[in-house]
Amino acid sequence: MMARISASVYTSHVPAIGAALDQGKSAEPYWKRVFDGYEFSKAWIRANPPDVVFLVYNDHANAFSLEMIPTFAIGCAAEFQPADEGWGPRPVPVVQGHPELAAHIAQAVIQDDFDLTIVNRMDVDHGLTVPLSLLFGQPPASDYRWPCQVIPFAVNVVQYPVPSGRRCLALGRAIRRAVASFDQPLNVQVWGTGGMSHQLQGPRAGLINREFDQAFLDQLIADPERLAQKPHIDYVREAGSEGIELVMWLIARGAMSDKPPRVVHRFYHVPASNTAVGHLILENPQ
Amino acid sequence: MALDKPYKDVPGTTIFDADQARLGYHLNQFCMSLMKAENRARFKANERAYLDEWPMSEEQKQAVLARDLNRCIAAGGNIYFLAKIGATDGKSFQQMAGSMTGMSEAEYRDMMIGGGRSIEGNRYIGEKK
Repeated sequence: MMARISASVYTSHVPAIGAALDQGKSAEPYWKRVFDGYEFSKAWIRANPPDVVFLVYNDHANAFSLEMIPTFAIGCAAEFQPADEGWGPRPVPVVQGHPELAAHIAQAVIQDDFDLTIVNRMDVDHGLTVPLSLLFGQPPASDYRWPCQVIPFAVNVVQYPVPSGRRCLALGRAIRRAVASFDQPLNVQVWGTGGMSHQLQGPRAGLINREFDQAFLDQLIADPERLAQKPHIDYVREAGSEGIELVMWLIARGAMSDKPPRVVHRFYHVPASNTAVGHLILENPQ
Repeated sequence: MALDKPYKDVPGTTIFDADQARLGYHLNQFCMSLMKAENRARFKANERAYLDEWPMSEEQKQAVLARDLNRCIAAGGNIYFLAKIGATDGKSFQQMAGSMTGMSEAEYRDMMIGGGRSIEGNRYIGEKK
């Protein structure tokens, strides 16, 4: 039995969502409207527990400063500590990696012409831990750990130019091939995070574009090949300078089968802090 | 041939590209230093003296002292790095983002609750609203 990718999950990773959870504000009406969209997802993942989550996210000037800026970095370590982003580390468990599968994917994908940076020491910021919190909730003190192993996959979307949508989709396909050749019966999910429309800087801060976001979700489901042709400038102009994080969703989409996926859940809400929250769960056909 | 920068005509937006990153290298690395609690304490105790330890331009230092994030960005700062200054001051990302818009904190928060800033009239510099 080989490893297989059963599903992909897409979600925004707004830091304020983590802060709201950590400060016990999730029942406040403002935040409840966000978390209600994930109630289904928490039940779904309890019923469909992954062995490993391959989690595509971006670092926000925490693990990587301007000293080194890898475009694609795969975390191959046994564990990853939650980063202190300046407010103190989030009170969440240490992230357990899967070094064997991560090394396998690195070797396969690099030989498939994608020049990954291999990282053996890296703190993980809200980009990675907020999606885990949204899907798994806060682990109980009696069993204080995330319920699966996680391979962090960091994409540079901070210093322009970020990788193209086309390259992200193709990379996802290479990851799909790599997972399928791993000789252990693991249930793997690939998560794409970040977005949706938002801009955190300058006089245009606060930009939200619902029409863009909904069209992006439609096309991600139905025609990722065409979506992958969307140029950077369309993201910047239409979805905001930080909305360009959405290219990362194409990596997760590329990791899915070429057959149409089953749309298990779709959610969209404005706002969480400065950002539009989007969330999708797609299952591969059996 | 010069690099194509099609994002120059997006209003109220500075793209953190290689040129901006070069301009802002020391400013952004100063911000990174604030991830350590002891550096945050030293910075708060004497901001000017702490800034003078960094090979930043006078304009960059003045922009930081004034907490003028638009000026910081014009001088090569990037928001994810500048957020470390906000964290040191106990500000949220929403307070930081709002501070760049000319709106009050309450006005900005209400705009977001109302669905955010519309894309209409905000795609191109000089576009009619």
